[in-house]
Amino acid sequence: MNEPQKPPGGAVIRTCTVEAVVASAILVAGVTVLVESWRLGARWTDEGPGAGYFPFYIALVMSASSLGILVKALRSRRQDRDVFVDRVQLRRVLQVLLPAVVYVMAVQVLGLYVASTAYIAVFMVVLGRYSWLRSIVVGVCINALFFLMFEVWFKVPLFKGMLDPTRFLGY
Amino acid sequence: MEEFSALMQGFSVVLSPMNVLLMFVGIILGVLIGVLPGLGGANGVAILLPLTFAMPPTSAIIMLSCIYWGALFGGAITSILFNIPGEPWSVATTFDGYPMAQRGEAGAALTAAFTSSFIGAFVAVLMITFLAPLVADFALKFGSPEFFAVYLLTFCSFVGMGKGSPLKILAAMSLGFALAAVGMDTVTGQLRLTFGQTELMRGFDFLIAVIGLFGIGEILLSMEEGLKFSGKSAKLDPGVVLQTWKRLPRFWMTSVRSSLVGIWMGITPGGATPASFMSYGLAKKMSRDGAKFGTGQIEGVIAPETAAHAAGTSALLPMLALGIPGSPTAAVLLGGLLIWGLQPGPLLFVEQKDFVWGLIASMYLGNVVGLIVVLTCVPLFASILRIPFSIVAPVIIVICAIGAYTVHSAMLDVWFMLGFGVVGYLFKKLDYPLAPLVLALVLGDKAEDAFRQSMLMSQGDLGILWANPLVGSITALALLMLFWPLIGTLLARVRSPKVDEFGAQRPVD
Repeated sequence: MNEPQKPPGGAVIRTCTVEAVVASAILVAGVTVLVESWRLGARWTDEGPGAGYFPFYIALVMSASSLGILVKALRSRRQDRDVFVDRVQLRRVLQVLLPAVVYVMAVQVLGLYVASTAYIAVFMVVLGRYSWLRSIVVGVCINALFFLMFEVWFKVPLFKGMLDPTRFLGY
Repeated sequence: MEEFSALMQGFSVVLSPMNVLLMFVGIILGVLIGVLPGLGGANGVAILLPLTFAMPPTSAIIMLSCIYWGALFGGAITSILFNIPGEPWSVATTFDGYPMAQRGEAGAALTAAFTSSFIGAFVAVLMITFLAPLVADFALKFGSPEFFAVYLLTFCSFVGMGKGSPLKILAAMSLGFALAAVGMDTVTGQLRLTFGQTELMRGFDFLIAVIGLFGIGEILLSMEEGLKFSGKSAKLDPGVVLQTWKRLPRFWMTSVRSSLVGIWMGITPGGATPASFMSYGLAKKMSRDGAKFGTGQIEGVIAPETAAHAAGTSALLPMLALGIPGSPTAAVLLGGLLIWGLQPGPLLFVEQKDFVWGLIASMYLGNVVGLIVVLTCVPLFASILRIPFSIVAPVIIVICAIGAYTVHSAMLDVWFMLGFGVVGYLFKKLDYPLAPLVLALVLGDKAEDAFRQSMLMSQGDLGILWANPLVGSITALALLMLFWPLIGTLLARVRSPKVDEFGAQRPVD
């Protein structure tokens, strides 16, 4: 993972940049927890340790370790030329991540079954270059299987959203 | 022999037709999970956990632990046939397993892998049967300071025994603890770190974190590599199985050694992945054919598989006897116990005898069932990997979303799952370990409770962690582990450093 590579897509993001960004994010989170737990009472109260007593020390460890990682990443900025993702890889990752975000939004509105069917079908057509008919059949079959497994066999209701396509079945 | 009669009692609990059926269902689901990229032991069990909410706890744990055995078996299939480790602990299996498959000995490699998995698990279960009650009995004497010291030891061991930057291990771990602190404080009733958001009151459920970190994160990683599966075909005819079984007894030394390595690494939170690498390295050093390792030696398949399975199984010992899981998957099983209203820990052996011995009995039977299922159904499972990624990827994301939703029937959790997925992807690529994060998230509340109780007992004096020889030695061991990376560097200056042969290939777990 860490060998320097020169793929045809060209480098977009370097490892040490991501390293620094992630470390900074943890640092920010750590300091936030630090402040918040101080406010909650990180010291000894009349009834014993306050609500922020334990998180305070955790946040201390968190801030210190992320600061260390950040400093290390910034120091090695010059000589470290590792590529985190190249353009091709980034595109592939976003090809999964962005539709997944859209999918979760769709679930919120359309419910799990409808959104999942559409998601699987569209994914197959766009990325897998299958025909529409085949994709929709696969999507419907898989969701019918999920329906049987969750609602019928194990009796776990799933989120149905506004559309409730299975209401007529009594679920 | 008290254990023996208790175990027989357990067998009588397990051997109902319904439970045996659940065993088969669990193993098959588990192997599927182990074979599919993006689904592994931990997140697979997390996703399927809600399915068991309506079952009696004993049946539920039988099915879930069988899913776990199945996943352990399944990892070997993809390693050997496709050179793609389905699980981190099967990376070492690819070294000799895939060359064997290329030479047309896939059947022998698979048989060796499955059989040694079985042996590793069997030895570990034997150990659990006789050791767990003793550990639990001993732990009944533990008070809060002792428990906190054991928690401390668990987490410090990650620093001492983990691979990669100790700073990153600490950062991941404290992030887990911080996430665990979000929500209602159990002692004072105050809301912590919710910043006025009522939805955050519930806190972050570790099941969501597990599904996101391991499931979505893994899918993003596999997608980035643009996976194309091109595997060897697999057929296991009984002749090959029998022939391989005839060859196996010669390597009994390797099996015994690997089982011991696995058991040790499983009880301490080293986990299955380092166990498999350590065992492979030892086998290479000690074998007469050591130089030929990596070219398709059957011994090179036996060693890592035995150790991984032994470690995966013995990780359940501290989970049952102390309430402290040794691996993320054991942590998920522990979460399950809590949901069914069982309190893991030493008292479990006193109060829930039927449950504990039922579980231990199901470990014996589950592994037998697992061996039968994988030996007979390999071609079926291998064909799953021939399904194009453009179908598998969305289906896995849908499964993850369903899993995340069913935990609390909350849509917000599905968003958190996506968020954890991105974190998982970044952390995996930057070599932050995920296991300490998950374990901290699971154990955060309990560790904090133990800490607060101890502080109350001593009125805020940390000296209570050295108050008696027992707690003192655990604490001292924990600190030794914590500072091991520093001590190691100092030692390396004095002596010539040891070369870690397989360091580069070993994933940060």
